[in-house]
Amino acid sequence: MSDYNMMEMMICAASRELEDGSTVGVGTGAPCAAAMLAQKLHSPNLIIIFEAGGSSPLIPEMPISVGDSRTTWKAISASGMCEVMEMGCRGQIDYTFLGGAEIDMYGNLNSTMIGTDYYKPKVRLPGSGGANDFASFCWRMMVMTPQTTKRFVEKVSYCTTPGWLSGGDSRAKTGLPKGVGPYKILTNMAILDFEPESKRMRVIALNHGYSFRDVQENCGFELLQAKKLTENHPPTKEELRILREEIDPFRYVIGR
Amino acid sequence: MDVIEQGVGELFMDPDADKARAAFRQKSRKWENKVMSVKEAVERFVHDGEYLAFGGFGCNRIPAAAAHEIVRQGKKNMGFAGNTSTIDFEILCAGEVFNRCDVAYVIALEARGLSPMARRYMESGKVKICEWTNYSLAVRFKAASAGVSFYPARDMMGTDSFKYSAAKMIECPFTGTNYVLLPALYPDVAVIHVHEADIYGNSRIRGITMSDYDIARASKRVIITCERLISTDEIRNKPNETIIPFWCVDAVCEVPYGSYPGNMAGEYYSDELHIKEWLRVEKEGGKDPEVLKKFLDEQIFSCEDHFEYIQKNGGMAKMQALRQKELLLNGAK
Repeated sequence: MSDYNMMEMMICAASRELEDGSTVGVGTGAPCAAAMLAQKLHSPNLIIIFEAGGSSPLIPEMPISVGDSRTTWKAISASGMCEVMEMGCRGQIDYTFLGGAEIDMYGNLNSTMIGTDYYKPKVRLPGSGGANDFASFCWRMMVMTPQTTKRFVEKVSYCTTPGWLSGGDSRAKTGLPKGVGPYKILTNMAILDFEPESKRMRVIALNHGYSFRDVQENCGFELLQAKKLTENHPPTKEELRILREEIDPFRYVIGR
Repeated sequence: MDVIEQGVGELFMDPDADKARAAFRQKSRKWENKVMSVKEAVERFVHDGEYLAFGGFGCNRIPAAAAHEIVRQGKKNMGFAGNTSTIDFEILCAGEVFNRCDVAYVIALEARGLSPMARRYMESGKVKICEWTNYSLAVRFKAASAGVSFYPARDMMGTDSFKYSAAKMIECPFTGTNYVLLPALYPDVAVIHVHEADIYGNSRIRGITMSDYDIARASKRVIITCERLISTDEIRNKPNETIIPFWCVDAVCEVPYGSYPGNMAGEYYSDELHIKEWLRVEKEGGKDPEVLKKFLDEQIFSCEDHFEYIQKNGGMAKMQALRQKELLLNGAK
């Protein structure tokens, strides 16, 4: 029995990806928790950006909305959607964290609808929000998601947000900014990246207690495997303390 | 420039800049006192069948008082811009106010989860949808604000978000790179809640401005609701703080706590318990529509105005607690 849960593992793994002095576009929930953890632990100069306009705040407590006043608390600027996305389009946002109901082997995300007919969806979901925009612009897009066959699907019902599209050089041909795309996928079981040529999803590190087989069995498509799989270390005591005591004392995110 | 590809979505509003110019030419430039009640503003400036836009983002600085009034007056068959519209969207769904919607983000209330009532309405087949993203919808307002018929951008390409939009893709005549062209969106009427305004409509906003600078300029008619009226002298002393100038504005309504139950930067935090209660009743309403109907009657239809709505939900004591929470005072959480 481990002394941390799946959400805590993903948040800690995600926070380790954010180096000091970089810029990251985040939403509420787990991505925001990861950015806050990085800022409190190893990246004091991390610049956290919210799409609604909050830029580089000193977040006092977990925001509920991407636009709520916690996202501008002692911020260096409070602007708007165009200002933030234009910063991304110019090439000044390094990372973004996104999620979705479905993800495929090229990292394409669906947050719009489930079903086979767009006009008669089985389930209508919120839509892109700023996800398509952040994924189009921010240099490295990362995804935090539980590893399940329901989420990791052969084909997304609807491609809301671009990953590597149909793989290879398909994304580069569309007109989306060059050199931008999915970078890493962080799940409760593993860390995955994308094989440079085919752009197919590949397992590169396993979380403590999981095997490649576990990951494959909880994925709806065939995964590639890096030549040498490393082990991703569990959350440290310090990471868990900050996460539980300072960032999310009411367990809004880590209690999910 | 040849169109390489285009979305199949329906364009609900004409992006023609000359038609918009003709309408803006007619707009008054007079220094007129535009102060009126929300009821009067909605009666005079919001009409069935028109296209509506709201200011704010998510549950923050939303024109909640005006949204309730629009529902109370039974406005119907409107178009609506859903640019991360959450509680305000939910309120409009309660009145089935719109039948076509430009969607960037709707139905969900961000970290709070989905609104069952909004989802039911959007899945009912009663609403025509055209798909966008938060930035592309913001750019559409920006194009309209600039008085042109489109703006270029670099998002959406290669995805279904493009396919089900009404955007077009072209090759840049300078560089040969593909760009998506986003058609200007000129709403018939917009409602924007701000911190301060004078009687003519000169308005100030604190915290994020979202797309409101552009929405105020892009819309043919603009209703401002404000936390408090201030003098024009105060406006003139700090002209940099004016986000919306009076020549864009048709009505000014002083509505303290006008964003409640939403958040208002520097004023009051969102009322999370009340928002949760709405979601709970909506869910129950899926099984028993009477429960939801009774709740909406109490919360919206039977209220004379926003004061009565606030009174029913905790009155001044609640507002005081939300102010303390917003400012992180008194150990409030």
